[in-house]
Amino acid sequence: MEMFDLVLIWAFIIGFGVIMYVVMDGFDLGMGILFPFAPTEEDRDTMMNSVAPVWDGNETWLVLGGAGLLAAFPLVYSTILPALYIGVFLLLAGLIFRGVAFEFRFKAHTSRYLWNWAFAGGSTVAAFAQGAVVGAYIQGFELTDRVYSGGALDWLTPFTILTGFGLLAGYALLGSTWLIMKTEGRLQEWAYKITTPLLLCVLGVFAIISIWTPFVDEMVKDRWFSTITVIWILPALTLLCAYQVFRSVRNRFEGWPFVATLGLFIFTYLGLIVSRWPYVVPPDITLWDAASAYESQLFLLLGLLFVIPIVLAYTAWTYWVFRGKVRAGEGYH
Amino acid sequence: MELDPLILSRIQFAFVVSFHAIFPVFTIGLASYIAVLEGLAFKTKNPAWVKLSAFWTKVFAVVFGMGVVSGIVMSFQFGTNWSNFSQASANFLGPMLSYEVVTAFFLEAAFLGVLLFGRDKVPPGVHLLAAVMVAVGTFISSFWILSANSWMHTPAGTEFRDGVFYVTSWSEAIFNPSFPYRFAHMVLASFLTGSFVVAGVSAWYLLKGREVEANRKALSMCLWLLLFIAPTQAVVGDFHGLNTMEHQPIKVAAMEGNWETSRNVPLLLFAIPDQENQTNHFEVGIPGLASFILTHEWDGEVPGLNEVPVEEQPPVAIVFWSFRVMVGLGLLMIAFAFAGLVLRAGGRYWQTPWFLQGLRLMSITPFIAVLAGWFVTEIGRAPWLVHGLMDHSQAVTPSLTGGMALFSLIGYIVVYALVFSAGVYYLMRVLYVGMEDSYLDEEPNADRPKRPFSAAHVSFEFDDNSTEKPLNQRGH
Repeated sequence: MEMFDLVLIWAFIIGFGVIMYVVMDGFDLGMGILFPFAPTEEDRDTMMNSVAPVWDGNETWLVLGGAGLLAAFPLVYSTILPALYIGVFLLLAGLIFRGVAFEFRFKAHTSRYLWNWAFAGGSTVAAFAQGAVVGAYIQGFELTDRVYSGGALDWLTPFTILTGFGLLAGYALLGSTWLIMKTEGRLQEWAYKITTPLLLCVLGVFAIISIWTPFVDEMVKDRWFSTITVIWILPALTLLCAYQVFRSVRNRFEGWPFVATLGLFIFTYLGLIVSRWPYVVPPDITLWDAASAYESQLFLLLGLLFVIPIVLAYTAWTYWVFRGKVRAGEGYH
Repeated sequence: MELDPLILSRIQFAFVVSFHAIFPVFTIGLASYIAVLEGLAFKTKNPAWVKLSAFWTKVFAVVFGMGVVSGIVMSFQFGTNWSNFSQASANFLGPMLSYEVVTAFFLEAAFLGVLLFGRDKVPPGVHLLAAVMVAVGTFISSFWILSANSWMHTPAGTEFRDGVFYVTSWSEAIFNPSFPYRFAHMVLASFLTGSFVVAGVSAWYLLKGREVEANRKALSMCLWLLLFIAPTQAVVGDFHGLNTMEHQPIKVAAMEGNWETSRNVPLLLFAIPDQENQTNHFEVGIPGLASFILTHEWDGEVPGLNEVPVEEQPPVAIVFWSFRVMVGLGLLMIAFAFAGLVLRAGGRYWQTPWFLQGLRLMSITPFIAVLAGWFVTEIGRAPWLVHGLMDHSQAVTPSLTGGMALFSLIGYIVVYALVFSAGVYYLMRVLYVGMEDSYLDEEPNADRPKRPFSAAHVSFEFDDNSTEKPLNQRGH
């Protein structure tokens, strides 16, 4: 009966959902992070317009990830969420504020500045919280008998604050390269100007994390320095992508900076996965320990196999419809 | 004072889920109403139907948007505050909740955009199909959620082994004993909500003399529908109660304020339940009626709270009074439905000021009744989370402290107060602006997929005429 190892299929689905969420919500969160620094209010309109048609579709991956995790890897859901209790609250509060700001800013006139702040503040808090989650994940979680037994703020350490700022810079980079691709004129020029410093911030955090992580965890150190050496291709590719961002900005390419930044994210993400594989709640719980019953994974998989292609097709179509440059004074809403 | 994470988590869950529930309970009813309007518009080509449908679709878009935002929080509550419950029940609840999410996305991806923005872009038949599919989608979504919830009241099709539920039969678990009753009760409640809101808003417009022809049609439709569903809801509710008596007799005992199992039990109209002394004060009741309603015999035996130890009783007063609020409002709804029938003679139903004013006020009652009903069923299950198998204290997150729970509770209250007062305020603006210009603001590039709120082109501020603004500062 158990013909396939559904755990691996589910690990792939959840892993795919997470990176879809990170890169897609990443650039529109980045828009919020950069928002207060934009040259003019008109540029802020254009920035928001450039992500308005797609941002809520981007966030659907988060909800799907939350529900899918409960269904396929309940132990991950029931240990990491309690461990990150305060962080999850901040993340959700941030996402709610920025989501509502998106809707109301376009309809507001005299109260617009309030929605500007809600959008920028919500995006920044949500991005920082996500970065801290990544750091907490590298740190590992204190479990007793398959239940989280640490404190409320164990996730908030110097290391996770660093990863929080790292992701903040990373999302801002996704945002600025998105703007290079989607805008022109003064706003695009501004985006070119901030991309290289943002890239340096990301690389700086990346370097510190790379040096620090082996000290945070023995197993990660082993993985990188003794057992499998082929995985070094991932950081190499990450650096290559970083170089490509740098080079394409200098040559004033429009599409390449964003594509190279996507590569930067994807290879870093894969590097993170190989650091921990097959542990899904570090340091002790593997994917197979955390999985739900076979019949439950199968029951949901049948429905998802039908729906995911439709959601992907719809997503692709949306991006296709809204391809091309966004100009000042043109909106979709 | 010692902060109890358990009670704080229960308050938090009640708060966020109550807040979330009021949006879908309205959109489920409204989606069907819009589908009917679209059907009528398709068949008769009468522009009044199109006008009504375009207007209520805008309202639908705003309410749907708020439902989605509040729903994001829900999908994480189980993990943050009820991690032991999540871990134990994930084999069943995980797929159920995921299917609900997936249904909602599928709906949004495939049909919502066409309904909201496609009126002039797709053939009328396709637009009608989109309206019908959105309505069907809301039912499928509630199907999964109510199945999951019903299973917590009447768990079936699962085996509880080493602290984890394993599904032994999907059909028995999904169609568990209380599910058909809860589903029917809830669907009717959604229809009642949709009808009373539409009736109340139409009545308000009629009082103001705005768009009389369309609003008279809308009111007439709602009153016909209410005439059938308001009494039907009472019957379905009775069946639901009988099902509860079979599976959760202590909940029924709390609803009736019946402390001791006995025969010839009165139906209490008023009482102050006293849990400490296991008795009621100031009872006013109709002799034998509770026995008759529950057993269909005047001297039938009604279960009492004394059948379980005091610590296994739910908090009686809140269940008792929530039940009376729900039933009282239900009876009031039936009264209004029949008043509407009487006033039909001579077409007085849309010209009688007291009736229209009354309907205006009635538009809030279904929301109160729905929340009261959920209080009855959810608090009435206490102390159990999964009836008879897992109680609240076993389900709560072990690492959660009172301080953490208090922090998030206050946080959610603040966030929701800010965000949803803005949302409800905006909804009021949409209603205030009304349907007079529904036709005019369809946009030229409306064949593109958009977010729900963008279906409503109403300025956020009250005193602001957006048409006076230069183009680049306008909302579109």
